[in-house]
Amino acid sequence: MQSNAALEYDYTVAKMFTYVTILFGFLGMLIGTTMALQLAFPELSNLIGEYGTFSRLRPVHTNTVIFGFTVSGVFATWYYFSQRVLKVSMAESKFLMTIGKIHFWLYFVGALIATVTLVLGISQGKEYAQYNWWVDIVIVIVWILWGVSMFGLIGIRREKVLYVSIWYYMACFLGIAMLYLFNNASIPTYFLSDGLGSINNSVSMYAGTNDALVQWWYGHNAVAFGFTVPIVGMIYYFLPKESGQAVYSYKLSLLSFWGLMFVYLWAGSHHLLWSTVPDWMQTMGSTFSIVLILPSWGSAINMLLTMKGEWNQLADNPLIKFMVIASTFYMLSTIEGPIQAIKSVNAIAHFTDWIPGHVHDGVLGWVAFMIMASLFHMAPRMWKKEIYSKKLMGIQFWMQTTGVVLYFTSMWVAGITQGMMWRAVDEYGNLVYSFIDTVTVLHPYYTIRGISGVLYLSGFILFAYNMYKTITAGKELTEEPQFRTPMA
Amino acid sequence: MTIQEIQGYSMFFMTILMAVLLYWYIFYLYRSEKKGERDFEKYGRIALDDSIDTSPVEDKLASEEDRRIKEQN
Repeated sequence: MQSNAALEYDYTVAKMFTYVTILFGFLGMLIGTTMALQLAFPELSNLIGEYGTFSRLRPVHTNTVIFGFTVSGVFATWYYFSQRVLKVSMAESKFLMTIGKIHFWLYFVGALIATVTLVLGISQGKEYAQYNWWVDIVIVIVWILWGVSMFGLIGIRREKVLYVSIWYYMACFLGIAMLYLFNNASIPTYFLSDGLGSINNSVSMYAGTNDALVQWWYGHNAVAFGFTVPIVGMIYYFLPKESGQAVYSYKLSLLSFWGLMFVYLWAGSHHLLWSTVPDWMQTMGSTFSIVLILPSWGSAINMLLTMKGEWNQLADNPLIKFMVIASTFYMLSTIEGPIQAIKSVNAIAHFTDWIPGHVHDGVLGWVAFMIMASLFHMAPRMWKKEIYSKKLMGIQFWMQTTGVVLYFTSMWVAGITQGMMWRAVDEYGNLVYSFIDTVTVLHPYYTIRGISGVLYLSGFILFAYNMYKTITAGKELTEEPQFRTPMA
Repeated sequence: MTIQEIQGYSMFFMTILMAVLLYWYIFYLYRSEKKGERDFEKYGRIALDDSIDTSPVEDKLASEEDRRIKEQN
């Protein structure tokens, strides 16, 4: 590490991940919207043979938005803000810069190959863990490279105290590492069947209920450590920085962090309520899900209070709008999840459309809003250009907000209708409705969801266009803005 | 005692322990601030004063140097 007055932060790797975040965001949301329309108009499933069916596209959608869009957004923001809060430039270490670039290229090429495997139908059949064993190995190497990069940068920092966002990103790294390794432990079928199986195709090392438990310990904590922890880390840096207000209570941020770490890991069994797992484990999942409201709302309220006395910024800065509504959707999502985890509510909600409704008010309203807002904040600082259009950003905000609201409201109605119809019995105890009756009733809500997808995707295209024009045609900035992001 | 019972009891007591630790941490945060040992709220400035030419809120090199001097004495 050198001391150099002319030293600048180096955003080479952050820029590369920014491009990829936009690319995967577009692809993942395009596929998601296509699938929403397929559910409303099933004839759309037959356009490109096996490659365009709902069942083939579903893992492509989930993995692209999780491991493509969200994770590259996490990497992009990490390579940007970590230098700033640690007060060290990546340019100060050739080693870390090289690791960062290898990290990017291995991730990008690996992600493209991984996506192709899913399109071809190569899968180990576990939700959000479909990748075959050899793709998993590439993912593990990518993750280790991020770890080297992360702890390397922390090791050469000038700022002694690790800002709370760094803690959240470290938790993301460690949490995903642990979950991914345990849940993806698998064996190629070749070794299980006297050479009759396949080297390529693998099956889980766990069986039956144990497999389900490990899977949902993973599945729910992938939400925790992929969709929650790094995004909370993001808002703890970007909202104070954009608004010029220090976080309302730093102590509350620390407390919420440890609370979240303590509680989240125990909540996964709420995915298995009313199934063949031990009853105490189901009760534990429900209980911890409800307790989870506290640390989640602790962070969300801390963010809203950070704007105390500065609410005027909400009216004239669209980026603040994005972040404040993201925080609000986080609150909505983290009260809705615990409600669904109550056993009696879950008896109605389980397997219905209320569940994807819940997931999407979280991922579209919270995760994607925060990632887009963060990239908008970063762009003028990385490319030294003003944001191309404030007006476009405003239009994007309203299109996407309308999209999210239409999505979750239609799915609330659809899900509860479905749940009630499935349970309805006549005076003799016979089911009143057959499955197709529910499908017919749900059609209008599926259509509304399709429209919401089109709105959200169109907003994302506006975001991509605004970013592209900022980079290529934005007005040059002579000096770095301290707080508020400049926009034309 | 069956394995399920052992798991259940372990879970129960671990939860109590973790809850105690968490509440102890809250107590620690407020006590150390009240005693003037640490000011946690100043760390909020790290996000705001983050350009490379501003001074760190707590300089790592300076505090390592202090520790070395203390150890030598």
